[in-house]
Amino acid sequence: MPVIEVQGLSKVFGKNNKQALKLLDQGKPKDEILKETGNTVGVNRASFEVEEGEIFVIMGLSGSGKSTLVRLINRLIEPTEGSVYIDGEDLAKMDKKNLRRVRREKLSMVFQKFALFPHRTILENAEYGLEIQGVEKEERSKKAKESLEMVGLGGYIHQYPAQLSGGMQQRVGLARALANDPEVLLMDEAFSALDPLIRKEMQDELLDLQETMKKTILFITHDLDEALRIGDRIALMKDGSIVQIGTPEEILVHPANDYVEKFVEDVDRSKVLTAQHIMKRPETINIEKHGPRVALERMREEGLSSIYVTDRKRNIKGYVTADDASDARKREITDLTEILRTDVPQVGKETSMNDIFEIIHDSPVPVAVVEDGKLMGIIVRGAVISALAGETEVISEDA
Amino acid sequence: MLNFMENVAQIPIADWVSKFTDILTNTFAFLFDPIKNDFGTFMEWLAELLASIPPVIVILLVVILAFFASGKRFGLAAFSLIGLLLIWNQGLWEELMFTFTLVLVASLLSIIIGVPFGILMSKSKTAEAIITPILDFMQTMPAFVYLIPAVAFFSIGMVPGIFASLIFATPPTVRFTNLGIRQVSSELVEASEAFGSTGAQKLFKVELPMAKKTIMAGINQTVMLALSMVVIASMIGAPGLGREVLSSLQRAQVGTGFVAGLGIVILAIIIDRFTQSLNSQKGDA
Repeated sequence: MPVIEVQGLSKVFGKNNKQALKLLDQGKPKDEILKETGNTVGVNRASFEVEEGEIFVIMGLSGSGKSTLVRLINRLIEPTEGSVYIDGEDLAKMDKKNLRRVRREKLSMVFQKFALFPHRTILENAEYGLEIQGVEKEERSKKAKESLEMVGLGGYIHQYPAQLSGGMQQRVGLARALANDPEVLLMDEAFSALDPLIRKEMQDELLDLQETMKKTILFITHDLDEALRIGDRIALMKDGSIVQIGTPEEILVHPANDYVEKFVEDVDRSKVLTAQHIMKRPETINIEKHGPRVALERMREEGLSSIYVTDRKRNIKGYVTADDASDARKREITDLTEILRTDVPQVGKETSMNDIFEIIHDSPVPVAVVEDGKLMGIIVRGAVISALAGETEVISEDA
Repeated sequence: MLNFMENVAQIPIADWVSKFTDILTNTFAFLFDPIKNDFGTFMEWLAELLASIPPVIVILLVVILAFFASGKRFGLAAFSLIGLLLIWNQGLWEELMFTFTLVLVASLLSIIIGVPFGILMSKSKTAEAIITPILDFMQTMPAFVYLIPAVAFFSIGMVPGIFASLIFATPPTVRFTNLGIRQVSSELVEASEAFGSTGAQKLFKVELPMAKKTIMAGINQTVMLALSMVVIASMIGAPGLGREVLSSLQRAQVGTGFVAGLGIVILAIIIDRFTQSLNSQKGDA
C-alpha cells in the first residue's frame, strides 16, 4: 500500500470556487478561469501515489503550484476538493484533533527558508516537535541530540540559528523534522536557498541518510538537475496540473509533451545519461575460433583500427589492434592470444557520461561497456560528444 | 439657502451621552462602588507602603536595577541616582511615590487588558475591523473628556484617575500586539503548525516570543501615556506630582510648578529607559 495517496486534489483560491471547479472539469485552462470567475487555480486535480521509502520529487517552475500542492498534503492549505490518504487515512476530511495527531506522528516538513525559530537554540529548535507532543524534557533532548548528530551538528546545540551558516541552518531544519521520527518527510524547496556547492553536498547527504532511514520523502524543487539527482520518481507540474510522472530516465527519454521536452532540453545531459544510452552493438571476434587474419579482415570491412575479443559466451578477453594483427600475419602467428591486449578501458552500464568522458579521453580504443564480465557494447568518442550536445537520439533500454 | 441648517433641529447627542452615563452609573453602581472603595483602599495602601520605605533604599534598588537592566552600563544608573536624589531633595518624594503607584497600576491594567485584545485582533479580521475604529476614537478624543465619566462612575481620587488613564493608554499595547503577531513570518507559523501545534502552543511558543519586541514597544508607549494621564488626572483629585503642578498653576507659582514638572520629567525618563532596555536585552539576533 502506498504511504501517500493523492486523489483528484484541487485548490482554487478565492470565493465562489464552485464555478471555477466546474470550469476545471470542463478542462478550461487556468488563465481563462481567472478571467471568468476571478479565482486562481492553485492545483488542478493532482493524483499520484508515493510508495514507502521512495523519494518522490515534484518539480515545476515558480507558479506551477508545487508549493501549494505540498501544503495541501499536510493541510497547511485547505484543499478545495479531493483526498490525501496517509496510511489510508484521509487528511482532507479529518477533524482538527486527528489532523494534529497525524502531523505530529507521521508528517514532518522542511522549509525553503529553513523557518527555524530564532529565539530558540539549535537544540530547542530540534526539540520543538517533541516538545509540543508533551515528551519529557530528558527524552526529547536525547532524541533531538541524536538527530542533530545524524546531520553532523552535534557540536552546535547551544548556538542560536543566526550564528549558523545557511547550510548548517538547513541541517537543523532537517534534524528538527527527523527528531519526531516521522514516516513522511515533506521537503519544500529545501535546498533552493543554498549556494550550488552546499546544495550538492546536502543532496548527497540526504541520499546517504535515506540509505539508512528509508523515509518516504516528498521533495519539491524547481531545479531539474536536483530532481534528476535525488528523485526515484518525478512529477512535473505546469499551471497547477501534473504533466508527467515517471522515473528520471522516462522523463528525459520520453517527454510526455512539448512542455516537458522543452524543460528537459536544458538539462545537463552528462549527469543523466549513462553508458547504456550511448553504447553501440560491438563488432567482436571469437578468441576460440578466430585468428589475426580474421581480425584484420573484420576491421578492414568495418573500417576499424581495433576490435574487441570475446569468448563464445561474450565474456570479454581483450582487444587487438589493426597494426598488431597485420604484424602478426606477416610473422605468420596464428594464435590470437599472442597479440591480445588486456588493458581494456571499461565502464559499467550505469556509468555517467562525465566518468566515461574521462576514460575515453585517454583511450586509443573505444570504451567497453562490461557487465558481469560480459561485453554489452562499446562507446566511441563521437557518441559521447554528440550525446553531450543533445543531438543523438538516445537509445533507451526498452526501445 | 446657504443657512438651511437653521431649519434642522440640533441632534441632542450631548443629552444622550449624559443620560447614557447616568444609566450606566445607576445600573452598575453595584459594580462601581466596590471598585471605588476596595480598589481605592488598595491603591492608597500600596502608595503609602512605597512611600514608607526609606528613600535611600528605594534609590539604591532602582540604581542597581538600572545598572543590570541596561546591560551593566552606568548611564541609566547614574541618571536615576542623581534624578531621584534631586526629587527627594526638593521634598517631593511622597508625591513621586503616589504618581509612580498610579502609573504602575494603570500600566499593568492596560497591559493585562490590552495584550489579549491585541491577540484577538491578530487572529480575527472581524475583531480587527471592529476594534480598530474604537482604538482610534479612544486615542483621538481629548484626554480631559475621559475625566468626566470617570468622576461620574468613581467620584474623585485615584480610582477615576486609573480609569481615565486606562482608556487613554491601552490602545498602543493593543495595536502593537496585533501588529507584532501579524508580522511573524508566515513560514515560522507554518512550521509551528506543520509539527502539529495547537493554537495555544503556536501562540505561546512562537508568535508571542517572536512579537515580543514589538509588543514591548507598545507597552513602552502605554506606560508613557499612562504617566501623562495620571498628571492630568490630578484635576479630579488624583494625588502625586500632578497635583503639585496643578496647585502651582492655580496660585501662579512658577518655581514650584517647574520643580514638580521636573520631577515628572525625571520619572518619565527613568521609566522610558527602563522599559526600553528591558526590550533590547535578550535575543538580539
